[in-house]
Amino acid sequence: MIDSTSTQVIVDSLKNTKSASSSDWILHHVMDGNYLDFSPFFKVYLPHFELFGIDLSITRHVLFMWLGALLLFIVMTRVAKAYKTSLVPKGFINLWEVFIVFVRDEIAKPTIGKGFEKFLPYLLTAFFFILFGNFIGLIPFSATFTSNIAVTATMAIFSFIITQYGGMRNNGVFGYFKGLIPHGVPVLLLPIMIVVEFLGLLTKPFALAIRLFANMTAGHIVVYALISLIFVMQNIAWAGLAIPMALFIYILEILVALLQAYIFTILSGLFIGMAVHQEH
Amino acid sequence: MDVSGLAGLAAGIGAGLTIIGGALGIGKLAASAMDASGRQPEAAGAIRTSMIIAAALIEGISLFALVICFILAGK
Repeated sequence: MIDSTSTQVIVDSLKNTKSASSSDWILHHVMDGNYLDFSPFFKVYLPHFELFGIDLSITRHVLFMWLGALLLFIVMTRVAKAYKTSLVPKGFINLWEVFIVFVRDEIAKPTIGKGFEKFLPYLLTAFFFILFGNFIGLIPFSATFTSNIAVTATMAIFSFIITQYGGMRNNGVFGYFKGLIPHGVPVLLLPIMIVVEFLGLLTKPFALAIRLFANMTAGHIVVYALISLIFVMQNIAWAGLAIPMALFIYILEILVALLQAYIFTILSGLFIGMAVHQEH
Repeated sequence: MDVSGLAGLAAGIGAGLTIIGGALGIGKLAASAMDASGRQPEAAGAIRTSMIIAAALIEGISLFALVICFILAGK
């Protein structure tokens, strides 16, 4: 039982802790912004740019996304060129072949099955784009563009469109939508089943987007929260506890960076496989 | 009475409940997967793949709840 006086006490104490906490500081680092943050040294403000009243200014995440795309382009063209001279990879190229073969043999082939070659370019692109984004975010002073909901939602929409296209192309437009509903469902249940299956179709890309976004954001928030322990307690001795724990989470983030790229790709592949080879 | 501070309380309790649910789900999943690959070591690879997929789905659901907690905490 909470009466109004004790509720007021709780509310007041929560307010005090909130104003003293460092949650604003953390969110500033994790979220998108119009400046490059080199704190505690300096900030580089990016130009503001507007078109037809829509804010199209280049933000931190956009800049780092371009950087990731550029790096990806340079690396992958180099890998592709190397195979023109010799099919036996060497050195730097060998590293990328491991990843590419992994995506092909461990992700695309088991999840999609027959006809996986058509979807392999998309899966490889998604995998490496997310991988580069996650790893760029781990470099100090940079930003993680995969922790931006707009980026992950766009990638999930691409997965969604490719899934629908693949399904319709393999089964026909009518056959695909008919195949969504399990075989032998009573006619009376059909109105419910159609709604449920249609919603199921839409939740898949939604879950893909939220999963990547929340995983990348949460990891960085935990690192910042542990570091901010020093400032909240206002005692440098806390660094002895905070820094090793933050380092541990940081190393865990390397695993998460790989794992999330893998999970996004394997789930995309799974959804494509489910749409292309429908069970009857 | 100002109740905006209660959003923070709700976020904290919600995050805790989410973690309990997610941990129970993933724990049960991992236990079953270990059990299965112990019984059939030759199928360990296939079991691991489907375990990761199922873990990702469970994680996805708990992250939905955590995002709601984030939104509440920002109120």
